[in-house]
Amino acid sequence: MDLEPLLLSFQVATVATLLASVLGVAIAAVLALPRVWGRELIDALITAPMVLPPTVLGYYLLVLLGRESPIGQAFERVTGGPIVFSRGGAVIAAMVGALPLISKAARAALESVDLRLVGAARTLGASPLRAFLTVSLPLSRRGILAGVMLGFARALGDFGITLMVAGNIPGQTRTASLAIYDAVLSGRDGDATRLSLIMTGLAMSVLIGVGLLSKQRQDGF
Amino acid sequence: MASEARLPARLSAQLSLQRGQKELGFTLEVGLEFEPGLSVLFGPSGSGKTTILTAIAGLLAPARGRITLGDEVLFDTQTGVDLAPNQRRVALVFQSLALFPHLDALGNVAYGVPGRVRKAERSELAHAWLTRMRVPHLARRYPSSFSGGEAQRVALARALASEPRALLLDEPFSALDRSLVNELGSELSAHVDSLALPVVLVTHDRKLARELGREVTLVRAGRVECVGPAGEVLPDHD
Repeated sequence: MDLEPLLLSFQVATVATLLASVLGVAIAAVLALPRVWGRELIDALITAPMVLPPTVLGYYLLVLLGRESPIGQAFERVTGGPIVFSRGGAVIAAMVGALPLISKAARAALESVDLRLVGAARTLGASPLRAFLTVSLPLSRRGILAGVMLGFARALGDFGITLMVAGNIPGQTRTASLAIYDAVLSGRDGDATRLSLIMTGLAMSVLIGVGLLSKQRQDGF
Repeated sequence: MASEARLPARLSAQLSLQRGQKELGFTLEVGLEFEPGLSVLFGPSGSGKTTILTAIAGLLAPARGRITLGDEVLFDTQTGVDLAPNQRRVALVFQSLALFPHLDALGNVAYGVPGRVRKAERSELAHAWLTRMRVPHLARRYPSSFSGGEAQRVALARALASEPRALLLDEPFSALDRSLVNELGSELSAHVDSLALPVVLVTHDRKLARELGREVTLVRAGRVECVGPAGEVLPDHD
């Protein structure tokens, strides 16, 4: 069996999860502030990828990042290649899928931190950023980590957005999910079965990990 | 121990908060003066005491008012001054103590040590405060394992290690039994006298207020009713 699609899935999902984690936690931190204009609108925009069809998301990304778009053209001028239908496009597709899972979990975790702890940090001389990094963030790390793991599982398995934005280029954007699709279409049932079982095993491991993580005592530092 | 050649400052606060702000059931309108040393802010639960402390510490902005510490203006709605909590150097010990559960006692106390102190000296300084509060043995233990009295001592060490120019204590001994209250109360009195900074202790414990024997400001439903020696403001009804 060709292992390249699996390896590619891992590479793409890892980079996408890292990007989505930084972005997702930053967005969650802003949304957890006491007064934010349009909080629920921002939250809805971030959450939309969970309910919109992948084709719709992929189409938006094509319009936003395509070779005719200002962003796409700027990217091409700097790097010499387009974002869409490249490995970068696959990363962005996986990231968009993972982002809502991470930012939702991070927001819930950050909002559950006792505000008096943050207040205490402030009166002890901590700037808002230091209080966030040294109190809010460590106290919500379990919840955030659970979100990151779910996000990774989601990024690993993305099909629709990737196909729309990055296509199905062997070695570039043909991730495991796309390889399964190919295998089925070309009658390689054995390959499809093996890849499917591996993907299922990975997803189950992540879900069990998340379950164990949330079962641990919250005060068990 | 690092200290600044600064005269002890008087803490003065004129605060007014509207009914409904911060779930207040009344309009809060107080003028308070606290000289260096220990003062007691006394009132029944729900009279606005905690709100007053939170506002002085800068965690809540009053609708109108002016807060000064010595000649420094911390808050003034007329001139638009509103120093951030971390710039006020007013330490607030919450009723819940709010010890950081993810840090050990040493980490908690070192958290507030001013940034200008070199890294190597921070934990030394924190250790010295734990020793002064008679809990050096807790240094490497976490708050979830502290008894009520131990947590109280660590919280006080943490507040003092931040070198505050004023210290606010919200119902500091409320969860402790009587003998421990008396012990900690007299220890606190001794510490405060050596520190020369305004320390405001909020309580609704008549006995504690009388025993501390300091000036008492009596607050009821968001107003100052009277100010004076504990014996006069809080006559013993027993």
